[in-house]
Amino acid sequence: MKTATRIEAVNDFVIKFANVNGSGSASANELFAKAFLRMGIPVSPRNIFPSNIQGLPTWYEVRVTEQGHLGRRGGVDLMVAMNPQTWNADVKEVDAGGYLFYDNTKPLPPSKFRDDINVVGMPLTEICNATYENPRERQLFKNIIYVGALAGMLGMEPEVIAELIGEQYKGKEKLLKPNLNALQLGLNYAREHLKDALGLKTKRAYNVGEKIFIDGNSAAALGCVYGGATVCAWYPITPSSSLAEAFTFYCSKLRVDKATGKQKYAIVQAEDELASIGIVTGAGWNGARAFTATSGPGISLMQEFIGLAYFAEIPVTIIDVQRGGPSTGMPTRTQQSDVTTCAYASHGDTKHVLLFPEDPNECFQFAAEALDLADRLQTPVFLMTDLDIGMNQRLTAPFKWDDSRRYDRGKVMTAEMLEAGKEFGRYLDVDGDGIPFRTYPGTHPNKGAYFTRGTSRNPYAVYSEAGPDYQYNMQRLLKKHDFAKTLVPKPVLTPSKEPARFGIIYYGSTSPSMHEALEALATQGVFINALRIRAFPFQDEIFDFVASHTKVFVVEQNRDAQLKTLLVNDAGINPASLISVLHYDGTPITARFIQKEIAEIVSALNVRPIKKDKAA
Amino acid sequence: MTFLAKPKLHHPTLPKNKLGFTRRDYEGKVSTLCAGCGHDSISAALIQAFWELDIQPHRVAKMSGIGCSSKTPDYFLGQSHGFNTVHGRMPSVLTGANLANRDLIYLGVSGDGDSASIGLGQFAHVMRRGVNMTYILENNGVYGLTKGQFSATADKGSKAKKGSINADSAIDTVSLALLMGATFVARSFSGDKHQLVPLVKAAIAHQGAAFIDVISPCVAFNNHAGSTKSYEYIREHNEAVNRLDFWPTREAITVDYSAGGVIEVPTHDGSILKLRKLHEDYDPSDKINASAMIASAAVKGEVLTGLLYVAPDAEDLHAHLNTYETAFNTLGEKELCPGSAMLEKINAGLR
Ligand SMILES: Cc1ncc(C[n+]2csc(CCOP(=O)(O)OP(=O)(O)O)c2C)c(N)n1
Ligand code: SF4
Ligand SMILES: [Mg+2]
Repeated sequence: MKTATRIEAVNDFVIKFANVNGSGSASANELFAKAFLRMGIPVSPRNIFPSNIQGLPTWYEVRVTEQGHLGRRGGVDLMVAMNPQTWNADVKEVDAGGYLFYDNTKPLPPSKFRDDINVVGMPLTEICNATYENPRERQLFKNIIYVGALAGMLGMEPEVIAELIGEQYKGKEKLLKPNLNALQLGLNYAREHLKDALGLKTKRAYNVGEKIFIDGNSAAALGCVYGGATVCAWYPITPSSSLAEAFTFYCSKLRVDKATGKQKYAIVQAEDELASIGIVTGAGWNGARAFTATSGPGISLMQEFIGLAYFAEIPVTIIDVQRGGPSTGMPTRTQQSDVTTCAYASHGDTKHVLLFPEDPNECFQFAAEALDLADRLQTPVFLMTDLDIGMNQRLTAPFKWDDSRRYDRGKVMTAEMLEAGKEFGRYLDVDGDGIPFRTYPGTHPNKGAYFTRGTSRNPYAVYSEAGPDYQYNMQRLLKKHDFAKTLVPKPVLTPSKEPARFGIIYYGSTSPSMHEALEALATQGVFINALRIRAFPFQDEIFDFVASHTKVFVVEQNRDAQLKTLLVNDAGINPASLISVLHYDGTPITARFIQKEIAEIVSALNVRPIKKDKAA
Repeated sequence: MTFLAKPKLHHPTLPKNKLGFTRRDYEGKVSTLCAGCGHDSISAALIQAFWELDIQPHRVAKMSGIGCSSKTPDYFLGQSHGFNTVHGRMPSVLTGANLANRDLIYLGVSGDGDSASIGLGQFAHVMRRGVNMTYILENNGVYGLTKGQFSATADKGSKAKKGSINADSAIDTVSLALLMGATFVARSFSGDKHQLVPLVKAAIAHQGAAFIDVISPCVAFNNHAGSTKSYEYIREHNEAVNRLDFWPTREAITVDYSAGGVIEVPTHDGSILKLRKLHEDYDPSDKINASAMIASAAVKGEVLTGLLYVAPDAEDLHAHLNTYETAFNTLGEKELCPGSAMLEKINAGLR
């Protein structure tokens, strides 16, 4: 065997754990990831898991990144190969010069290895069998032992891990001790037998700061609590279930009336998505803030109600944690593939407001914002997150709330206003923004009641199938949609350091990888202005951005270039000025992928260097 | 139609309820249903019940699905907000509305297609959840609005207007409601206002899921060969021109029979409906007995009417969820937003 080169890196590498689902590895791996944060080193972990509870392969990728690159980098520097089922593929995935850590209790033939990677063996099973009687303990503590060994090899601060274990098992002494012992076992072994086994090292840094570590689903749920949602109806579907569960958790802590013990919230796990969106529609119609969380298949089932809510002008907030394809397929993989389906959801001429958060912080902000927008615009509003943001803990800016902020309940005509003789036409455009007034049911004994139905009505909600009434209504809805541009979050521009003739449009979870890719491209001499779209309908800034570049890349995590479709279809942008870069294998888009794709296209386009004075 | 008489002039001699409202104050728009449609009789019974209960019309929220039956909320309680939702999904919308404001009275109106066919799932689940509402199913055994197809409550072996025979078993909605945990279950007939009005009143007063299946003949589509002579003529006419272009004007069927009695009601299609009214001493708190009675009546070809079951200690969804007493739609930042200091604490716990 020839000796492999060694990747040498400090605070900047990718470790991937290959485990078996349900083996207790998840909590151990999470503990490992968090230890870096406590050492001041940013880390970005990702779960790659099957649609299964026990026994199938699952991976956990930890990107250690002193620079704070939170996207998926691509490549693996150290594989912790704990799953014989996936051994071959896992070994193959390690970068040349990288490391393979495995349980060498049972010897494996040389054919099972590669000679361009460094193999680090540790008799994990043997150690466990010698230490523990109970098979379950053998399995569980094996995970902590390897965490200890890795911490030893990487030169991590063991006190930090012990501290985290202490927090986790606070008040559960019976569990605390053996966990600490297991950690120590691993550390000791590494110190004695695996000194300098890895070229990957860690040292304390100061780049975590005030940031918090949370998954997007929890963040969005908290945003719904802060935004004043009182009704949540949902039907379990990965990757959105943990959002409703987090809402339940936060409400139980934050929304129980102290004096009476009564709940200022109602959560219904409905019988299906038709019912969950129906409940949300009913609550919105009746003046409560309500939301549902779902994923693609749920959106499909909700179509009819989405149309009703659009035409009947009912505030509805829908959080779509996007995933790949149908229920058998890639339900536990990430994608941005519900963009067009949500933008045009339902029958008839419909268009909806979409928000695209980039990380948990924006999940929090936009969830609260969505509730305001839904009330203001009296329409369905979609918060478009995805599995990558939703189900992975991410380092993110701390949440902020301005206590002077007031909920925007939109145009609601009160009993006093009706009493004062203000004209009420439920579907009348009184302010020129396309948004009519509504009344809550039960407002006034003889003014302001109306009968809600789809579109067959005149501006005063009187039944009408007259063409002009229908058209008036449809035009007003269009005006309202257009007005939404002035309310939704504006796009964010990241200008390049040098004048650029190319632009990039991206959105949502692509963000961290994009920023890393842009930096890398700049060091290659490829300068690109980047615009992160945060909402649909599109504002003028987006047209101007496209118009001011020769070509604009549109980077998306779907096959059909869905955002580009909206740019062309809805915003009338010339498709010839857009180039799609698409990633849709179910894994989160990586910086390396973006960098490679863009660099190739740019060189194929044969870029002439442009003069500095001709700023883009 | 003619049933809910118009000009909206208030006759000075019209009786008033405690709120000073006459029955006219509980009316709505002019019905657009076929003359004689049982659904209009039900609307009239609803108007009577709300008037008698001295309920302020605007404190009622009327929800419905889609169908002729579901159109009716526009024809009563004109000062109430109404919501004509989507086919078969009224229960979920009503549930959400009820959660948003527990202080209103919720009336759900549906058809047999709406509740037993497309909406069977929501029908079952809204009963399970014990949503505080009065759920009226206007049961005619057909899809009226889409012109006469069978619904899931159509009797096995019955014949549709176009001649096809229904081969599927009928769903008995009262049995299903009982099974699903409805805490008030009744059956009545659209033309029996002496029975229907008190049942509606009791259902409104009930604090939980109250269900009334109201048999409500469709004058237009429950017709088939072998019906009355005049009808035969119309059927032949429609067949000859190969379209349904002539509608007979019919009288709504009314009945009046006493507790414990049986009455045979000839319907527009010529078939006979056999109604049996529960005895005055019937104990509606015995759920198992209720199911047994329904089943044994069915064997005899009879339809049992009256209050079949009521749970005296019923609880509703708000009780199950332990929700706050104040209507959610009146709560603002003060009650709902935990504020920035709490958020700082949450942030600290995430580091
Ligand atoms: C999703 C959907 N499918 C089909 C229809 C067409 N449709 C309207 S009413 C109706 C049947 C109504 O029957 P029922 O509930 O018994 O009411 P009835 O007219 O008999 O009172 C159907 C199938 C619809 N409106 N929506
Ligand atoms: S078609 Fe039947 S159910 Fe519909 S209005 Fe006419 S009689 Fe009533
Ligand atoms: Mg029907």
